[in-house]
Amino acid sequence: MMLLDNLISMLPELNKAFFETIYMVGISILVAIIVGLPTGILLFVTDKGLFLENQTFKNIAGFIVNMIRSVPFIILLIALLPLANLIAGTTIGPTAASVSLSVAAIPFFARIVEQSFREIDKGVIEAAVATGATPWMIIKDVLIPEAKPGIVQGVTITIISLVAYSAMAGIVGGGGVGDLAIRFGYYRYDNTIMVTTVIILICLVQLIQFGGDRIARVVDKR
Amino acid sequence: MMIEVKNLVKIYETKKGTVTGVDHVSLKVEKGEIYGIVGYSGAGKSSLIRCLNLLEKPTSGEIHIDGVELTSLSKTELRKARLKIGMIFQHFHLVSAKTVSENIAFALKAAGLPKAKIHDRVTELLDMVGLSDKKDVYPAQLSGGQKQRVGIARALANNPSVLLCDEATSALDPSTTKSILSLLKKINSELGITIVLITHEMEVVKTICDRMAVMQDGKIIEEGNVYEVFANPKQQLTRDFVNSILQFELPERLLEERQGKLIKIYFQGEIAEQGVISDVFQTFKVRGNILHGKIEYIQDIPLGIFIMEVTGEQVEIDRAIAYIAARTKNLEVIDDAA
Repeated sequence: MMLLDNLISMLPELNKAFFETIYMVGISILVAIIVGLPTGILLFVTDKGLFLENQTFKNIAGFIVNMIRSVPFIILLIALLPLANLIAGTTIGPTAASVSLSVAAIPFFARIVEQSFREIDKGVIEAAVATGATPWMIIKDVLIPEAKPGIVQGVTITIISLVAYSAMAGIVGGGGVGDLAIRFGYYRYDNTIMVTTVIILICLVQLIQFGGDRIARVVDKR
Repeated sequence: MMIEVKNLVKIYETKKGTVTGVDHVSLKVEKGEIYGIVGYSGAGKSSLIRCLNLLEKPTSGEIHIDGVELTSLSKTELRKARLKIGMIFQHFHLVSAKTVSENIAFALKAAGLPKAKIHDRVTELLDMVGLSDKKDVYPAQLSGGQKQRVGIARALANNPSVLLCDEATSALDPSTTKSILSLLKKINSELGITIVLITHEMEVVKTICDRMAVMQDGKIIEEGNVYEVFANPKQQLTRDFVNSILQFELPERLLEERQGKLIKIYFQGEIAEQGVISDVFQTFKVRGNILHGKIEYIQDIPLGIFIMEVTGEQVEIDRAIAYIAARTKNLEVIDDAA
C-alpha cells in the first residue's frame, strides 16, 4: 500500500513530466523536419553526379552537420544556452531545452533524410532529369515521394532519440519523464518512481515505433 | 536531318585513370528513321545514347537534335530541349510511389501543361499504349512489358521529335519484346517520331531498324542500311552479330555421312524469290539435298541461307556450283568429300 500511495502522490508530477516530454520532443521534431528535411535534400542533390552538383556547398554543409553531431549532447545543451536565451527569452525550462534539442535533431535528421534519398534508384532520378523537369519538380514529385517510407522511419528514429536526449534536459530545468527518473529514482533511491518512469518511457518508445512503422508501410508503394 | 553527332568524345575519369567511353563518333539520323546501334556491353553504346540528351556531358563534340546544338545550351534551354527528346530505359525507371497516371502526368507537368489538359493527354497516352485500365495502379503491380508501356507513354507525353531507347527490351521476355517493338514501330510510322535505340540483340535491329551502326571500343566500326549490313557484313564483329541470327550448325552425323560437296548459298533480295535451285536440277545432272536452310525477312526483303549437299558426276557438280555462284554471287564450299 505504501507503494501505491507513493505513486498516487506522484501522479501530478508524472503527468506534468509526461507533457513536458511531449512538448519538448514535439517542438524539436517539428524544427528538425522543417530545417533538417531541406538540409538533407540539399546534402543529397549537391552530391557528385546529381542534378544540382556543388562540391563546395556539399563539403561545407557536410562539415557543419558532422561538427554539431560530434558534440556530446550534454555539452551542446549548455553551450547553446545563450542561443536559447535569444530565441526563447529564458535559459531554463522545457522551452529553453527545446532549442538545444532542436539543434541536435536537425543534423541527425538531415543525415537520415540524405541516406533515404541515397536508396532511391539513380535511374529513376535520371529518367526525371531526361523528361526536362526542373530541380524543384524532381525534388517534390520524385525524390520526396520515393524516399517517403525512409523519411517516415527517419522521423520515428529521431523522435525516439529525442525522447532519450530529453532526459538530460533536467540540467537546465527542462523537466520531462526522463528527468523525473533521474531526480527521484536515481538521486533519491526511489525505486517505485524509477521503475514507473522507465515503464512509461518504454511504452512511449514502443508506441512511437509502432506508429512510425505503420505509417511507413502505408506510404510504401514498392 | 533530325540528329547529327559530330566528333563526339566522352572520357571518364576513374581512379585507375581515364577511360574513353565514346571515341570520335559522328553519325546522322534522318527524320522518321529508326536507327539501331549494336555492340557488346562496354562498347560505349550506352554512353553514346546518354550523350544524345546530355544525361552524360560529352567531353567534346557537337550534338544537333532537330536543328539545336545541345552542348552549348544553358541549363534552362537544355530542359526545354529535353521536353522534345523522349527516353525509355532497360529497367523502366518509373516512380514507384506514383500511379501509372501520375508517372505520365509528371512529364506533362514538366512541360508546364495546365491541369485540365494533363488529364486529357494522360487518357490519350494510356489509350495509345493500351493501359487505360491500369491508370490508378502502382508500378509494382505491373508486368515488365506494362512498365515499359508506361515508360513509353511518359516519353511520348510532350510529343517529342526523337525517342531514345536505352536497351528498352533487354529486360523483357521474347514475346513481350515483340509487342514492345511493334508498339515502337507503330509510334514511328503513325507519329513520325525518329527513334534511336541501342541494343545487344541483333533480333531487335532486324525487326524494326532502318539503319544501323556497330560499335566497338567506343567507335562506330560499321554503319549502313540494315539489309546491307546483314547481307554483306564487313567487319568481323558485325559478322558475329549477323551470325547470331543467321548462323546454324550442322549436326556432326550429317558431316560424317556426306557423300558429295557441301555448299552454303546466300540468297539476297529478288534472287531469293527466284527458283535458282530448281533451275540447277533441271540443267545439270546433279542431285541436291538441302540439309539446313533459313530465310529471314529484313525490311521485308528476303535474305536466305541454305546448306546443300550436291552429289553426282564431279564435272556436273563443278558446273552446277559455278552456275549457282554466278546467280547468287555468294556461295561457299564448306566441305568437300572428294
